Amino acid sequence: MAEIVVDNLTKVWSGSPAVDGISFTCASGEFTVLLGPSGCGKSTTLRLIAGLEQPSAGAIAIGGRDVTRRSPAERGIAMVFQSYALFPHLSVAENILFGLKVRRVPRAERDERLKRAAQTLGLTQLLDRKPAALSGGQRQRVALGRAIVADAAVCLMDEPLSNLDAQLRQEMRAEIRGLQRRLGMTMIYVTHDQVEAMTMSDRVVLMRDGRIEQQGTPAELYDCPASGFAARFLGTPPMNLLPAAAGAGLAPDVPAAAEGSIGVRPERLRVDAPGHGLTATVEAIEYLGADTLLTLDAAGAKLIARTDGHARHRIGEAVGVSCAAGDLHFFDAGSGRRVEANGNGCNAPERGEGA
Amino acid sequence: MSRLRASIHASLLLLPAVVLLAAFTHVPAVRTFIGALYTTPRGNRPEVFIGLGNYRHLLDDPVFWQAMANNVWYAALTIPLSVILALVMALAVDARLPGRAALRMAYFTPTVLPMIAVANIWLFFYTPGYGLLDQVLGLFGVAQTNWLGSRDTALNAVIAVAVWKEAGFFMIFYLAALQTIPHDLREAAAIEGASRFTFFRRVTLPLLMPTTLFVLVNAVIGAFRLVDHIVVMTRGGPDNATALLLYYIYEIGFRFWDSAYAATLTTVLLAILAVLAAVQFLFLERRIHYR
Repeated sequence: MAEIVVDNLTKVWSGSPAVDGISFTCASGEFTVLLGPSGCGKSTTLRLIAGLEQPSAGAIAIGGRDVTRRSPAERGIAMVFQSYALFPHLSVAENILFGLKVRRVPRAERDERLKRAAQTLGLTQLLDRKPAALSGGQRQRVALGRAIVADAAVCLMDEPLSNLDAQLRQEMRAEIRGLQRRLGMTMIYVTHDQVEAMTMSDRVVLMRDGRIEQQGTPAELYDCPASGFAARFLGTPPMNLLPAAAGAGLAPDVPAAAEGSIGVRPERLRVDAPGHGLTATVEAIEYLGADTLLTLDAAGAKLIARTDGHARHRIGEAVGVSCAAGDLHFFDAGSGRRVEANGNGCNAPERGEGA
Repeated sequence: MSRLRASIHASLLLLPAVVLLAAFTHVPAVRTFIGALYTTPRGNRPEVFIGLGNYRHLLDDPVFWQAMANNVWYAALTIPLSVILALVMALAVDARLPGRAALRMAYFTPTVLPMIAVANIWLFFYTPGYGLLDQVLGLFGVAQTNWLGSRDTALNAVIAVAVWKEAGFFMIFYLAALQTIPHDLREAAAIEGASRFTFFRRVTLPLLMPTTLFVLVNAVIGAFRLVDHIVVMTRGGPDNATALLLYYIYEIGFRFWDSAYAATLTTVLLAILAVLAAVQFLFLERRIHYR
């Protein structure tokens, strides 16, 4: 009922396109993350959907209604800003109720909705405080409160967690996700943090230079990256990308391509004694507790391998690196796009722009 | 020991400023309060202590009451008019419009110009017959008016000059405050469906309150302090119609050389200013949100 359809949306700033003809659909009740590096156009896309910017071309429909030329207030959306955009002179309660007062919701209903929102977010004790007297996490909750009292079917969030510390960010990830599920909101969430995208979303729209690089579920993007860029953007540490000639020795029976690059996830690499696969030297060891990251040098090509527990290797030691043929991803030299060469389950990778 | 030395050093560093302030501000101020309790020494007649005699004289002085009434009217018009005009101008030049830098400068120009020069220019505007005002009004068939020469219009005419002069100055403060209001507040309000007027009333205006208090205090002080244009344009006339308190003090003190009575008037003026400032801070302070 609150499906968001973005069709061929374009926004040009003084000659150069910030958003360049993108199309995607966010199903009702779905959590969609717009992911990408800074300057990729994800925030602009969100602001276009919110109606805070006017598109140069293209259309936006919310709940089956074309809202491209509608004002933000007419779109039936709530929005959480990166800065939270709380009114500094108003108390928490007044901040949360601002929109309801503007919309002249009757007092009794206002109080009821405020009570519910405050309970949901654990703000009951803080209702009389001013934003300046709140911690970052509490301010974030107030911003969320303002979004949920609106009872809007669509919620837009612009990097809402970027001002929080790591611990709090992790808690809020789960909380925002839970809230979205419980309230059945259609959510579009902008972030540059791939961990947020992987952990929170039903669907990821990965953007680069104003275009959609790839869209799909987090697993689809992780398992079958449509390009070298997508492969490197998701996953920590990112996928290893090697020149095709250097990487061919990783697995047996790999057709030796002269061009392009070969990718393999760090956790798919096996590190054994020399003789298996490529021969490499251990350059660095990062012990993370549950696993250990080995930085390997295979004749100039750098590889990162994730191994379980404590490393049994020493810096400078020669090892053999290998993987299964199905774990290799092939990318075209020119376009960087995926080339299908072996059966690793990725059929016809989903590309953006409906291609 | 070292603390003692530090405080001696600190005192020595403060000394030059304290000496200057004391010599030219504090001592004269105290001398004024004391002087108001004596008669004015003249020739070989020394000053005589008369207690509140000067104040009693003041209560019976019709020119003082006239100046007082003039000043109240002057303040009652210049303060709100200049503050509101300043806010309107600031909102206008805060918007994204072409040539806003030029517009800002245009609004600010009256503040930069010396009041003496400004008053002389306005003198020409107000000239009966061929002054700008009469020429423009003449096009609509309005008869000549002696704006500064008539008791009915003179005070309002100098009020217009003061508003014109002060508004640009206050606009700068409002403009600075407006630019500290984050843009996403406006966007958040727009998403909630707040009209521009609602946003102005519920968000902009409250966030401008600290500036408004500052501007108000300055406007009140200005209404009692700024008399340059009176000196140039009317000299308090006609028939004391534009005599303001400070101008009256100037006349008593430096034209009639009655320093004791001038000191009395000064004390009264300072008392009025102190009370007004205290009222503004006590009443407005509570309703102001400071960031």
